[in-house]
Amino acid sequence: MMKKNEDLLVVKDLKKHFKMGKTSTLKAIDGISFTIKKGETLGLVGESGCGKSTVGRTITQIYEPTSGEVIFDNEVLHTKQNKAVQQQKKRAMQMIFQDPYSSLNPRMTVMEIISEGLVIHSPELSRMEREEKVNELLELVGLSKKHSQRYPHEFSGGQRQRIGIARALAVEPQFIVADEPIAALDVSIQAQIVNLLKKLQEEKELTYLFIAHDLSMVKYISDRIAVMYLGKIVELTASDTLYEKPLHPYSRALLSAIPIPDPDMERSREQTILQGDVPSPIDIPSGCRFRTRCPNVMDVCSKIEPVYREAEPNHFVACHLYDETVMSREDAVALHDC
Amino acid sequence: MTEEILAVNNLHVSFKTQTGTVTAIRGVNFKLNKGETLAIVGESGSGKSVTAKTIMRLLPKHNTLISEGDITYEGRDLLNLSLSDMQKVRGSEIAMVFQDPMTSLNPTMRIGKQIMEGLLKHQHLSKKVAKQKALEMLELVGIPNAKERLEAYPHQFSGGMRQRVVIAMALACNPRILIADEPTTALDVTIQAQILQLMKDLQEKMDTAIILITHDLGVVANMADRVAVMYAGEIVEQGTLDEIFYQPQHPYTLGLLRSMPNLSASRSEPLIPIPGSPPDLATLGTGCPFAARCPYTMKVCHDFLPEHTHLNESHTVMCWLQDARTPLTHIPEEVGSAK
Repeated sequence: MMKKNEDLLVVKDLKKHFKMGKTSTLKAIDGISFTIKKGETLGLVGESGCGKSTVGRTITQIYEPTSGEVIFDNEVLHTKQNKAVQQQKKRAMQMIFQDPYSSLNPRMTVMEIISEGLVIHSPELSRMEREEKVNELLELVGLSKKHSQRYPHEFSGGQRQRIGIARALAVEPQFIVADEPIAALDVSIQAQIVNLLKKLQEEKELTYLFIAHDLSMVKYISDRIAVMYLGKIVELTASDTLYEKPLHPYSRALLSAIPIPDPDMERSREQTILQGDVPSPIDIPSGCRFRTRCPNVMDVCSKIEPVYREAEPNHFVACHLYDETVMSREDAVALHDC
Repeated sequence: MTEEILAVNNLHVSFKTQTGTVTAIRGVNFKLNKGETLAIVGESGSGKSVTAKTIMRLLPKHNTLISEGDITYEGRDLLNLSLSDMQKVRGSEIAMVFQDPMTSLNPTMRIGKQIMEGLLKHQHLSKKVAKQKALEMLELVGIPNAKERLEAYPHQFSGGMRQRVVIAMALACNPRILIADEPTTALDVTIQAQILQLMKDLQEKMDTAIILITHDLGVVANMADRVAVMYAGEIVEQGTLDEIFYQPQHPYTLGLLRSMPNLSASRSEPLIPIPGSPPDLATLGTGCPFAARCPYTMKVCHDFLPEHTHLNESHTVMCWLQDARTPLTHIPEEVGSAK
């Protein structure tokens, strides 16, 4: 058994490029590194198209990475391991999807949906044992035994998401990738699901990668948060630190863009509104990829890509503003030019 | 000082379905003043979009039944207008922006032509003048290289740009009312901030009244002057922005506010969700539709629908807790206070 505080997942310089026709490549993930400790929740936020879902899918081995390493529970994934190890790792990592309407097979009963993983991963269980397990799981996620013979269309969005969570938990995973699990739900239901995920984490010592675009909910569930922009992590730190003292101009803009449900605060605060759209990941800007929208852009930004480094203890950021090694921007540009 | 331009009175809308009649709107009342922003908030299925589409008369005729109520715009009842009269109102005096900018533009028509369509029809401008106006509108909503972009097709625009185009189309004829149905829900937060700012700027310039339909209380706090909270086809609470956020009287409003995460609050404070899920409109009983999820429910709540109680000129609530006839020893202290 692993000790707490040990890294459960280590991602090293992970890249995932998709070929788009003969000449162009879509760089969905362009070299990211992070670790997730056992029992921790890492939030991964960013706008649509920044590659956050691809990260989740590459870690869970739905996609093969272009390069880089994923180490899970001290085993390197995506190598030609023997079948048994692979199977075991796949079982230990499960996924919860965004859309509770399309992620459940409409022609299967809840019993069949939840027990499918058990049939594959625990063939030794008898039918009775499986059914008992499913009923336990339904209770655990706040549904009841009587729901097990129903079909997905008989449930509301929040209830379906609970079924999706029960399905992920069926094979007793250590690690769950939750890809926007609350984005499709109503506000009053979102809080229910977030509280459920938190409760399950405590009870089952789960580790989460929580992917979302809604920064306000992410804060509630995450210990640390990574902010992604165009295939790279631009900032990673403890979630309270990110909200109190964001370093990267993109994180700052992202936080300032969230409308606050408090009229007085809305009236008094200054909003930084970013100009323009996210550039295409097929044609990434030179140097720093955020420079086309950055309010603090400098000359050096278009020439040299900032290094992702620890600017303050446990606070990683990729921005020239926090890089003392770039002695002054003019010097850096001059260096680059000669 | 405030001039009323739209009034919805006692509106009831139901739909005929295979399994019977479903009542989506059950007695909605609100007024819209000139130049103000009224936000309608509620969860999916609460009837926000149906209200908007009823005002625009966009609901399919064959299965929609508007059993009661009227919608008064400039002394006329929109529900009684002939189709051709309604077409004169729609797009030129009341315009609408839809949620999904991907599907609300015609993919086979150039952007310029789509913006010109309304101008040619309603303002009978010549093609040349209409094109000039379309160009101005594109510049107004902040599209770079507007002149070349007039000739582009929707697929050549990003989501945020498309929503700008849709707003340009909606405002081209200088309507007095803009109905925006979840205008930023499909957009990323940084783009949402741009679009909300744009709507505010344009409202100031053109003095348009906005009905903003949303489920995001943050957007409401950012945009609205007044708020109507909808639940199961009824406006359960209505008031000024501050009244709704700082003195919520309906347990549902209170529940919504509490289940929203607060950026400044600490992580250890748990969210307080509203238990259960919204009711099925087809099987609603006679009582308060929120009774099954309400923490303060009384016997009367299950049997009788509460009436609208006017707390002051601007603030009304539909809850037995506030009804003068309720022999209440005490009102729960959370009700009526900020979270």
